[in-house]
Amino acid sequence: MGEHSLVEVANLHRRFGDVHAVHGLNFNLRRGEVLGFLGPNGAGKTTTMQIICGVLAPSEGAVRIGGIDLLDEPIAAKRQLGYLPEQPPLYRELTVDEYLCYCAKLHGLRKQAAANAMEEAKARCGLQSNGARLIGNLSKGYQQRVGIAQAILHRPAVVVLDEPTVGLDPIQIREIRDLMRELGNDHGVILSTHILPEVQAVCDRVQILHEGRLVLDEDLAELSKSQRSRSIRVKFRRPPSRTSLTKLAGVKRVEALDADTLRLHHADDEALAERIVAASVAGDWGLYELVSESRSLEEIFVELTFGEGQHGSANNPRATS
Amino acid sequence: MSIVHITARELRSLFLSPLSWAVLAITQAFVAYAFLVKLELFLQLKPYLPGLPGAPGLTAIVVAPAFKAAGMVMLLAAPLVTMRLISEERRNGTLSLLMSAPISMADIVLGKFFGIMSFFGIVALVVLLTPLSLLAGGTLDYGLLASGFIGLLLLIASFAAAGLFMSTLTAHPPVAAVSTFGLLLLLWNVDWAGTGAAEGVRPLFSYLATTSHFNALLQGVVDSADLIYYVLFVVTFLVLATRRLDTMRLGH
Repeated sequence: MGEHSLVEVANLHRRFGDVHAVHGLNFNLRRGEVLGFLGPNGAGKTTTMQIICGVLAPSEGAVRIGGIDLLDEPIAAKRQLGYLPEQPPLYRELTVDEYLCYCAKLHGLRKQAAANAMEEAKARCGLQSNGARLIGNLSKGYQQRVGIAQAILHRPAVVVLDEPTVGLDPIQIREIRDLMRELGNDHGVILSTHILPEVQAVCDRVQILHEGRLVLDEDLAELSKSQRSRSIRVKFRRPPSRTSLTKLAGVKRVEALDADTLRLHHADDEALAERIVAASVAGDWGLYELVSESRSLEEIFVELTFGEGQHGSANNPRATS
Repeated sequence: MSIVHITARELRSLFLSPLSWAVLAITQAFVAYAFLVKLELFLQLKPYLPGLPGAPGLTAIVVAPAFKAAGMVMLLAAPLVTMRLISEERRNGTLSLLMSAPISMADIVLGKFFGIMSFFGIVALVVLLTPLSLLAGGTLDYGLLASGFIGLLLLIASFAAAGLFMSTLTAHPPVAAVSTFGLLLLLWNVDWAGTGAAEGVRPLFSYLATTSHFNALLQGVVDSADLIYYVLFVVTFLVLATRRLDTMRLGH
């Protein structure tokens, strides 16, 4: 897909014995995009990331980084990669400076370039005052920062972060999220997480993995559009006739949930709630509850990864596979 | 270039570990003991030696056994040092750093090998200091000293290569250590099988044993066959280690 694709993954499969961990993945990462990987445990997120970074070989399929095939020319392809595994790859017996210097040199940076890169990475990850400390003595959060610093050190075109905010305190999480958004301006970022709000806060695009398959791949802007309220749930003491409700401007369909609860489907009409209240007062329907229903990312996630959802099964992975 | 950085990091980590210092100290202590025992022997024999035709000199009586003792300590100590080369990186997850870096698997293996050899080289140099102390009161046969030292270095290099390969096989350093020790002990004594065997088989077992080549070098016999044996030994295990790292990405 064109020159703007930083990562192209085509028909990726990975088997561990009988377990089919990754099942025919296809996706692209564009420059300047932050891609969020979501999925329950064992969905294949980490495996996919390991394959993209060349730590695991795929059973089938191809990965191209910046147009270079990872299997044919691993060294050239890996030059453009920064990777933070689930467990940060740290040497506990080294100091932060020694470690980052080693990482810079592994990526072929010369002395001066390495020194500059280290300063920049430390500043971005808030490690300026910890350069001389032993990594083994740092707290979990700081170790995570060193891991992130290592991944962005050589300014790679693609940064792959496996659960980057694990073990961080809320303030650090905010800083790291800002950092990821900043990285997303001129790099491509792939991150995996369990934390759904994180995806909404940071990502441009979200992919939900379930049992090794992609069950959702959508721009977050699109997703939030589809998440907007499309129905209102109302409860009346004295429910009016259905026709009087359908006559309200904007109501497309009325669905009775039980004796006094109704769901009004509408077409993205924010003023409808106001009109319902006004009509209720005028007609003395005794409105006592009005909930604007919207699908959260969490609902979508649960629906896609736990089979039967209440919103139909068009996107149900078991139905499509 | 990246080989150099891996070597440097390996050496630095080795010296940050108490185990390496313990290996240095214990090797030195055992070699000193062997050295003193043989020196005592030499002093007892000294009055009779001038009368014997082709009598062994100071170097043959004292230095060769000291090097042999160093070889024996390394048989035990080398597995303990090499065990963590790859297995610990696997365990700590730092192998991902190396595997996602723009370097080849051969670079990793060579960097590790040179790193451990730098340390073992230091061990051997410290061992060499003991015989050199004899220069204070006598002269040494430098040819014999050099061939013995080369023999010790080659022996240690073969231990390092075997240990490095064993370390790629498991994520548990102690398992790597025990396996390496088993392999090295077998190769140390494999010529036992030759003693009772048929005439044709004997040279084969004798050739396979690390000791036969080491002993020849300790006696001052520098035969290219012995040197080639060690080179083949090292290259074989390094190639196996590289292959193993490659296949590690393929399956579980």
